[in-house]
Amino acid sequence: MTLDRDIIITSAYLISAALFIFGLRRMGSPATARMGNTLAASGMLLAIIVTLISEEIVSYPAIVAGVLIGGALGAVVARQVKMTAMPQMVAVFNGFGGAASALIAVSEYFRLRAGSVEMGLETSVTIMLGVLIGAVTFSGSAVATGKLQEVIVSRAVRLPAQNLVSVALFAVIGALAVTQIVLEASPLLFLAMIALCLALGVILVLPIGGADMPVVISLLNSYSGLAAAAAGFVIGNPILIIAGALVGAAGFILTQIMTRAMHRSLANVMFGAFGAGGGGVGMSGVAAGAAVREGSPEDLGILLAYAQSVIIVPGYGLAVAQAQRQVRDLADLLEERGVDVRYAIHPVAGRMPGHMNVLLAEVDVPYDRLYDLDQINDEFAGTDVAIVVGANDVTNPSAREQADSPIYGMPILNVDHARNVIVLKRSMSPGFAGIDNPLFYNEKTSMLFADAKDGLTRLIESVQES
Amino acid sequence: MLDGGLLIAIYIFALAGFVGFEVITKVPPTLHTPLMSGANAISGITIIGALLIAGSGEGALTTALGVAAVILATINVVGGFLVTDRMLRMFRRGRERTPTP
Repeated sequence: MTLDRDIIITSAYLISAALFIFGLRRMGSPATARMGNTLAASGMLLAIIVTLISEEIVSYPAIVAGVLIGGALGAVVARQVKMTAMPQMVAVFNGFGGAASALIAVSEYFRLRAGSVEMGLETSVTIMLGVLIGAVTFSGSAVATGKLQEVIVSRAVRLPAQNLVSVALFAVIGALAVTQIVLEASPLLFLAMIALCLALGVILVLPIGGADMPVVISLLNSYSGLAAAAAGFVIGNPILIIAGALVGAAGFILTQIMTRAMHRSLANVMFGAFGAGGGGVGMSGVAAGAAVREGSPEDLGILLAYAQSVIIVPGYGLAVAQAQRQVRDLADLLEERGVDVRYAIHPVAGRMPGHMNVLLAEVDVPYDRLYDLDQINDEFAGTDVAIVVGANDVTNPSAREQADSPIYGMPILNVDHARNVIVLKRSMSPGFAGIDNPLFYNEKTSMLFADAKDGLTRLIESVQES
Repeated sequence: MLDGGLLIAIYIFALAGFVGFEVITKVPPTLHTPLMSGANAISGITIIGALLIAGSGEGALTTALGVAAVILATINVVGGFLVTDRMLRMFRRGRERTPTP
């Protein structure tokens, strides 16, 4: 009887694992992605159902209560969250996954310590790893959420001897883990280790600035998978290990894509405290006394109305102003007049991978109007007007031309190659990297100082009148 | 459940990791966010461990930690898959457009 039940459960886990893999594969193409997500969700449901028949489970009331509470909360949040708040939500979910995995390791620790069963070397090592990864994922995600929600300062915060503190903290955690594994030290020291792991997560994410969030979220995504895999090692469950490893790989790939799009190494993003200094960086190719030209919405509306081709370049300012609807309205209006409108999306525009794509999808912009860097960069030269909406560093030509610029080498959108450039921006404040953008001083550029929503609304009105 | 011990577990982890790399490498930028939130929902697989612990009936502390883990993991699973679906429903291809005059 027992054997049969175990065989059923283990076989079902294999089917779940296959569903996760097929699901992830289908997530690679827009036409099949929704089906892929459903497949993965079915795999999860199957794994949960067969686990409930496991003979290890003797009591159900607590489980049912937990699932109902968690399910209701998850469903409400998923339905109500605004698309502009998606980065925060992904960060929160990452954190919860990490916390759940850490709790599994913690509870196994206390269960084995309380019982007469000897805690084997493998078990104690995996418990320590599970606690470390899970706790770092949780507190790191909490800080990331705070930064994205702008509860915590979103700029890079440089702490005194930042990297030294991290290394020291990590060393102490390692030492405490060893005392647990080798000496079976007091559970109080285990609790101290958990606290230090939480502190490590905070210290690792706090110095990372807002515009580097696409990297951090991807990395935490990867960690949440690794935390689940570690929990799988702790309780010896293959489906946790497989699913955790899959997510670990997915998060790692996204992390790589993001760092490549910034032309920086992961170490530089994590430990470089990029954008914290602000001072010391020169004008980067902007001649002293250079002036920007401010355009009036009326003139710019006429420019747009009589253009043949327009490329819209959205950035984080679009998300902040929640101006995706206005972007769409302007594009519709121009298309009615026969203007060819396309969108150029930089991989790290916004606060998470694909942030702009989601916002534009929300207002029904077809995804085949959205072009990534490689596809559209040569097209700017033949384009009448490029409209930059709340983007800055990803359009900065000094990344291409100024060898001493901090962002030199970062692939940018060649907005300055367009015949005319309109930059919608609230003020002249420099972008995240803290450096000036020569694009604003370019003679082809007209600045429209406004919140993205107001600026676009004025452009729409003016196009309508032309 | 894993009788082969740690080494087999490491095998499984490594192979699944390779599969993950192979399956996911080519994802168009349009789908980066849904991929991330979908993968995130899959990492909620930790709910399996949470269920086993919460239902083990091994004392109040274990049950309490287990139930907390069940709640957090369920939020992750249910919220993650639902929000991914919500996003993917929004993605659509444009109609064939007539060339601009």
